[in-house]
Amino acid sequence: MSDKEKPSDLARLEARLKEAESRRPPAEAPGSERGKGLSFALRIGTELVAGIAVGVGIGWLLDRWLGTKPWLMIAFFVLGAAAGMMNVYRAVAGLGHQVGYKPKDRARGSGDGKKAD
Amino acid sequence: MAEKHSPLEQFLIKPLIPIKIGDVDLSFTNSALFMVVAVVLVGLLMTAGMGRRGLVPGRLQSIAEMAYEFVANLIRETVGSEGRKYFPLIFTLFMFILFGNMLGMIPSFFTFTSHIAVTFAMAAVVFVSVTILGFAKHGIHFFSFFVPPGVPIAMWPLLIPIELISYFSRPISLSVRLFANMLAGHTLLKVLAGFVPALGVAGIVPLAFVTALTGLEILIAFLQAYVFAILTCLYINDALHLH
Repeated sequence: MSDKEKPSDLARLEARLKEAESRRPPAEAPGSERGKGLSFALRIGTELVAGIAVGVGIGWLLDRWLGTKPWLMIAFFVLGAAAGMMNVYRAVAGLGHQVGYKPKDRARGSGDGKKAD
Repeated sequence: MAEKHSPLEQFLIKPLIPIKIGDVDLSFTNSALFMVVAVVLVGLLMTAGMGRRGLVPGRLQSIAEMAYEFVANLIRETVGSEGRKYFPLIFTLFMFILFGNMLGMIPSFFTFTSHIAVTFAMAAVVFVSVTILGFAKHGIHFFSFFVPPGVPIAMWPLLIPIELISYFSRPISLSVRLFANMLAGHTLLKVLAGFVPALGVAGIVPLAFVTALTGLEILIAFLQAYVFAILTCLYINDALHLH
């Protein structure tokens, strides 16, 4: 009888261990999840501004070089704003910073005859 | 309030050892001093932590291993196993920025990451090396990076400039994010701290705010180093795997 009880004891211990383990927060605490969200938010904020800044900068330089004040700056401001919005969209949609609008796994090899590899 | 208590005074660069070569000012400044301090501290942490390799890690070894694993996991998640080659670069950047930010949290210490000259230099290193990596890996095909797949040729004149701007905005956003966060956070802390003596007994309210914000700032200090590292990983990933 006592021989039979031993494995059942072990089994019960196992079950209790499992239960205790499941009660423990999953390896990454929710705190780190919040940290990830916050870091993501910090990333997004500047993307838009950076796009506009680079666009205006390029336009300004081209204007100075070609003497076409202020037209190229205006044009590149719009392009820069578009680039900034695209940066934000890509980051939010989880497409990474890669050029293109397809998720990564589908993007490879389906580049309409423009295969990179 | 006296000028020397200006909230921006903490960002002043002071030459400690004036060095002048020709017309170039190469003085050893307080900014340079804290960079050296950060490098020395990281070096000490890693060498001391790894010096006595115990199976059961001691305190220092735990910290060193945690830092290693954190960055290694980051690379594995974002780049995959091919990213292992770039571990030294990312680990160096992460630890340098992390220590720079954290040293800045100690009162009266200088925060070198609050200067765009420093952050932009780091972002430029990342940008240039990632671009070189892309060219080395894909040669002329790297330019397909700027052509979104599945877009009619008629749209190319519009989209290629946008993609180019988007690409060149990387070092700007990378550097401005870090520098602006550190600058704004430290200025805010100093401004609020300035209210404490000015308000007398009611100064306890800004004091509470400063205390809470200090905690937030420590979190931001860590997150900014993390964001810098993860974006470097993402850029390397993009350069390795063109569409």
